[in-house]
Amino acid sequence: MSEPILSPDTGETAAERTRRLVERGLRRRYRAERRFQAYGIAAISIGLLFIGLLFTSILSSGWTIFTQTYVQLDIEYSPEELGLPENPTVEDLGLADYQALVRVAIRERFPDVEGRANLRELYGLVSSGAQFELRDRAMAKPSLIGKRETLWVPADDRVDQLVKGKIDREEPEDRRGVSDQAVAWIDALTADGRLERRFNRTFFTTGDSREPEQAGVWGAVVGSFLTLVVTLLLSFPIGVAAAVYLEEFAPKNRITDFIEVNINNLAAVPSIVFGLLGLAVFIQLFGLPRSAPLVGGLVLTLMTLPTIIIASRAALKGVPPSIREAALGMGASEVQTVAHHVLPRAMPGMLTGAIIGMARALGESAPLLMIGMVAFIVDIPGGFRDPSTVLPVQVYLWADSPERAFLERTSGAILVLLGFLLLMNATAVVLRQRFERRW
Amino acid sequence: MANGSSPATRPVSGPGSGSLERSEGVRRTVGDFTVPDPVMVCREVDVHYGDKHAIRKVSLDIANNEVIAMIGPSGCGKSTFLRCLNRLNDTIPTARVTGSISLEGRDIYDKRQDVVQLRARVGMVFQKPNPFPKSVYENVAYGPRIHGLAADRTELDEIVQTSLKRAGLWEEVKDRLDQPGTALSGGQQQRLCIARTIAVNPGVILMDEPCSALDPIATARIEDLIDELRQNYAICIVTHSMQQAARVSQRTAYFHLGDLIEVGPTDLIFTNPRHKLTEDYITGRFG
Ligand SMILES: Nc1ncnc2c1ncn2[C@@H]1O[C@H](COP(=O)(O)OP(=O)(O)O)[C@@H](O)[C@H]1O
Ligand SMILES: [Mg+2]
Repeated sequence: MSEPILSPDTGETAAERTRRLVERGLRRRYRAERRFQAYGIAAISIGLLFIGLLFTSILSSGWTIFTQTYVQLDIEYSPEELGLPENPTVEDLGLADYQALVRVAIRERFPDVEGRANLRELYGLVSSGAQFELRDRAMAKPSLIGKRETLWVPADDRVDQLVKGKIDREEPEDRRGVSDQAVAWIDALTADGRLERRFNRTFFTTGDSREPEQAGVWGAVVGSFLTLVVTLLLSFPIGVAAAVYLEEFAPKNRITDFIEVNINNLAAVPSIVFGLLGLAVFIQLFGLPRSAPLVGGLVLTLMTLPTIIIASRAALKGVPPSIREAALGMGASEVQTVAHHVLPRAMPGMLTGAIIGMARALGESAPLLMIGMVAFIVDIPGGFRDPSTVLPVQVYLWADSPERAFLERTSGAILVLLGFLLLMNATAVVLRQRFERRW
Repeated sequence: MANGSSPATRPVSGPGSGSLERSEGVRRTVGDFTVPDPVMVCREVDVHYGDKHAIRKVSLDIANNEVIAMIGPSGCGKSTFLRCLNRLNDTIPTARVTGSISLEGRDIYDKRQDVVQLRARVGMVFQKPNPFPKSVYENVAYGPRIHGLAADRTELDEIVQTSLKRAGLWEEVKDRLDQPGTALSGGQQQRLCIARTIAVNPGVILMDEPCSALDPIATARIEDLIDELRQNYAICIVTHSMQQAARVSQRTAYFHLGDLIEVGPTDLIFTNPRHKLTEDYITGRFG
């Protein structure tokens, strides 16, 4: 069989010509592919670099938050110093002057310090929170009165910063914020083994405070948790129900088109607008308490709903029609078809939408400022109506504070926020895999 | 092509067929579309998808214990007709069905007719095997479960077992009832779909090209199965393969561009077609 000659001058056959042309194009194609891959790798590398930078900077300024400097004091619960009457009641114990005990204990260690200013400086080495710790101990165990005990109490935030090296010893005294004398005392205490860094329980168990060494992130963690519980409990079921109705049952007409357009628009509305809405509706109209996780959760629900609805609808659209036909053909009703077959198949996609929505809600602060969740709140919220704040707002509050120690706390709170996020996402991923494993 | 007055169209004779009025432009069905003791009776069925007139004035009876094959070129409305019989066209918003279709004497498009009940009586097997993404057991148990056919677990187990046995799948899957139905081979999946359908004991089974996604061996197994199932069910099968129609069916209906051109006993249709279009199609002149 002879091949047709395509061009008489070269004597090339059609097959040869095709091969030649393909080969010529091949090199260019490979080059383009390599270039495309290089772009992709470059983009990912840049992304990773910045994530790396972000984590390094947060970790390097925040990891010291795990420890806190403590001073060991020999406290004598002397009734005279406390100014207690003969047979003190619990109320008397509550009102007594515990700061005096702290003062006595420090002076015991540095008996030669003289003069009001020097003494004030000396007393300032210990956190002003120490007296409350003593009070709580005495009230919990009144038999301590008249006895001695050795205790570790938190040092002042400036001491802590110096010990952690965040305040430079080489700096001139007036710029340092810690006097030469105080540095000498700190060194003396350290040499005695009476000053050391221990695990910072306070930060992880208490609420906010004006004193950095007493400020904790737990209040904000609980606030965030309660707020997100409200958000999740409302936005996920409502969002999924809305998506299922719109996707599976609603007639396709102008009204549903209009609703669809509006849901898409809502997803793009700046979050602060939802805060304004929440202020007007939930607080002013319904009279719900300000600064409460309940209201915060409601506002974040409004913000999260469009995201969840859009993701859920996409997930429902992705369920192959053959599954629906199979179920309908078996005589399942429409509701049964959706509940038994379509929803389980769409669930992983819906959970992904929920993760995205909740992650955004966790990091949101602007709408919560509008409903008063920015207040300075010391107590750990105990319920959905208690005043509270949330992690991103706490970060913002601390970042705004002048004390150097709050800078460390800001990074610490960001670390906690990231940890919270990781935990939340891990839970969702595990849940999603459970659903996927059920085919 | 020619319309109703095509010279190839010979006068129709037979009980009940001559009494139907036909509008212009619609081809008369050649052959007798009635049977003595029908399960389903369709008269003058029209289906529109929006503006598109998909099938026109189709009248056909479905008989018990018989396989009727629907053949015809792609897009001629075989699937559309089949999906009228279990009202699966209801799920397509643009579809509009007119005419009358009755099952055991009751109009299935009647307002009082519950589709759930209808689909329990008229089962369907699809072109692409579509087992539920659940275990083999759950696939078969699903129908009896939603229709409340089993009083307890032992009864359900029994239904699952007999259905799988009748679908000729039991020996292959009895040790992996709890594994996903989607992990079976294509032919096994299709037999699983058949088992799932017969688990609710329907009167009629509709099959829309059930073997077109299968290899010849799996196809042969399904064909044997269809032949066995004929003892208990009325079966309507759409097929692209004329050999398959010849092998499994007792009657054949030939569709062409939305018209039911010719109906008759399979051996007659294939040996002695009366309509020119049928002849052209089965002799491979187009299709
Ligand atoms: N959902 C639908 N919407 C609009 N037209 C359809 C739809 N389904 C089928 N059709 C049209 O109806 C005609 C018949 O289709 P179908 O019954 O699927 O043919 P067959 O199964 O014989 O190949 C075709 O012309 C097809 O384009
Ligand atoms: Mg078809």
